Amino acid sequence: MRFLMVEDSDDLAQSVSERLRLDGHAVDRAGSLAEAEDCLSAAPYDLILLDLSLPDGDGRSFLTRQRRARHDVPIIVMTARAAVSDRVDVLDLGADDYLTKPFDFAELEARCRAVLRRRGGASETVQRFAGFTFNPLTAQLVVAGEPRELRNRELRLLEILLAAPDRIFSKSQLCDRLFSYAESVSDNAIEVYVARLRKKLEGSGAQIDTVRGMGYRLTAT
Amino acid sequence: MKGGGSLSLRARLVLQLLVLAALLAVLLFQAVRTVAGDAAKETLDSVLGAATLAIADELRGSDQGVTVDLPHEAFSILGSISEDRIFYRVAVEDATITGYADLPMPSAAQGPAAPSAPIFYTAPYRNAEVRVAMVRRVVLAGQLATPVTVLVAQTRSGQAAIAARVANRAAAIGLGVFALAAALSILTAGSVLRPINRLAEAVGRRGPSDLRSVDHPTPAELRPLVESLNGLIARLRAALTRTETFIAEAAHHIRTPLATVRARAETALRKAESEDARETLRAVIRAVEESARSASQLLDHATVVYRSDRPARESVDLARLVEGLANSFGPVAGLKDVGIGFQGTEAKLEVMGDRLLIEAALRNLLDNAVKYSAPDTDIMLRLSREGGSACVEVADRGRGLSGSAQAALTRRFARGANVGDVVGSGLGLTIVDEVAAAHGGRFELAEREGGGTCARFWVPLS
Repeated sequence: MRFLMVEDSDDLAQSVSERLRLDGHAVDRAGSLAEAEDCLSAAPYDLILLDLSLPDGDGRSFLTRQRRARHDVPIIVMTARAAVSDRVDVLDLGADDYLTKPFDFAELEARCRAVLRRRGGASETVQRFAGFTFNPLTAQLVVAGEPRELRNRELRLLEILLAAPDRIFSKSQLCDRLFSYAESVSDNAIEVYVARLRKKLEGSGAQIDTVRGMGYRLTAT
Repeated sequence: MKGGGSLSLRARLVLQLLVLAALLAVLLFQAVRTVAGDAAKETLDSVLGAATLAIADELRGSDQGVTVDLPHEAFSILGSISEDRIFYRVAVEDATITGYADLPMPSAAQGPAAPSAPIFYTAPYRNAEVRVAMVRRVVLAGQLATPVTVLVAQTRSGQAAIAARVANRAAAIGLGVFALAAALSILTAGSVLRPINRLAEAVGRRGPSDLRSVDHPTPAELRPLVESLNGLIARLRAALTRTETFIAEAAHHIRTPLATVRARAETALRKAESEDARETLRAVIRAVEESARSASQLLDHATVVYRSDRPARESVDLARLVEGLANSFGPVAGLKDVGIGFQGTEAKLEVMGDRLLIEAALRNLLDNAVKYSAPDTDIMLRLSREGGSACVEVADRGRGLSGSAQAALTRRFARGANVGDVVGSGLGLTIVDEVAAAHGGRFELAEREGGGTCARFWVPLS
């Protein structure tokens, strides 16, 4: 996905961009509302991450202007203001969703996905591997013409593995990406999800190998 | 304030008006008595004088001397006015021709204002005060001009009786005037103070966030008060705006670096190979999460405490609110494969209340439900109508209460015994409880049948 991040703090913008790039997203950054307008006129974006406190104005005015001009790029407001009134406000102004800093990247990703799904997102997100196609937006796996629904954690696990086929991911790595840091789970909890995903992938020509003492990897037979 | 300063305006006004009325009544009483007394005295004097003149007119001179033919009418006029005794004396020089020889002459020689007009004086006579009228005439007796003095006297018990009657009436008039003035002063105090009461009422009725200036129509005298009140309101508004801006900025300045720390820690965690480093990074992320959560709960709690005092009264569509919340929590719950089900009611459920407070309360309940839910379970949101109240039920399949009493869980910063390592501040349920109380509603926590927790939140319907 291609993100436009409107955020005045260099540190934050840089760290968030770096983190998003790790997941294969492209991120452009605008430090002010004016820069954001320039970026928007130059390139198409799948999603805008908008901070509210910007040097040349309130993000809300940008939001209002975008919606009034019928530019319907999905906008997720990303703000330090956590008061209930702020949440209500921003959604009323036409934001698609709302995230309070600091945020969990898994949550950001989940919210982006939900927004894009609601908006009837792009079809080019469909990925192919071995004998299946996979649409992360609709959480649909199609094996030999047969659609199979993936649950959220199965979907994310597949995404992680699919980003680097044949690479070995340790249990701890997978746990960190699948579970929230707010809950502590044993590394073995991942086995449940690997087992479920294996079942969903049956007959697709793809399989998840257990590499003894190392972890798991996705391979095509 | 102390002493006279704290006496109510109304009491002060009424008291002063009453003192004024009493003073006026006494003055009126005195004036009526004096004027009426003087008038009575003058009337009696002129009758007495007329009788004296009538006698003087009957004086005749002849060679034998001065004779007088006492006119009967003169005495009958005097007798008709009162029962007072009458004395008379006609004298040439000091020799009495007729009447009471001991009737006293005026103490000093007083000339009459006009030669023919009578002189009046008061003198003691026969154990009583008498009023005497005296007329001097010169009568030709033979060839001699003989000075004759005519005296007519009357006791004054009649005048005293008149004076007493007049005094009684004057007192009655004075009392009547006082009573009327008192009644009027109470009415006046009421009407004078009404604008103040209205102003106080208009200001008193305001909600906590109503910081408009007062433009209530007020009399000129109250304008300085209203102006200073408006000044105060404006300063308060400015201070509040500054505080809100400050809080927003403070939050911004705290959360932005926290977000940076979290993003960097997550990135580092993705790249870290050593298990030690990974453990440290996880701890960092947890700490960031915890402090951010505490900060927002504290802010929310401050908002709830501030607004609970006088919650706004607006119509809140509960179904819309709950559905909106379910949608907003959907992606987060989805991360754990937790679904959120919503079951509304056929009829619209509208409650009168503070939307922000109710939303804060429900958000906390839902947040708890998501946090404590086991993976692959569902959270059920159920709206229902129970008598005069709307009930929102949030039921999860989490770890339940494990015997913790609700009262203990709603205490500030208190957390259940079985929270384990789930991040939390211990303020969430306090917020829910306070919001329910502020709306005249109720909040209840119970173990859910089949495991988990069931939280119920009631708000009276509009």
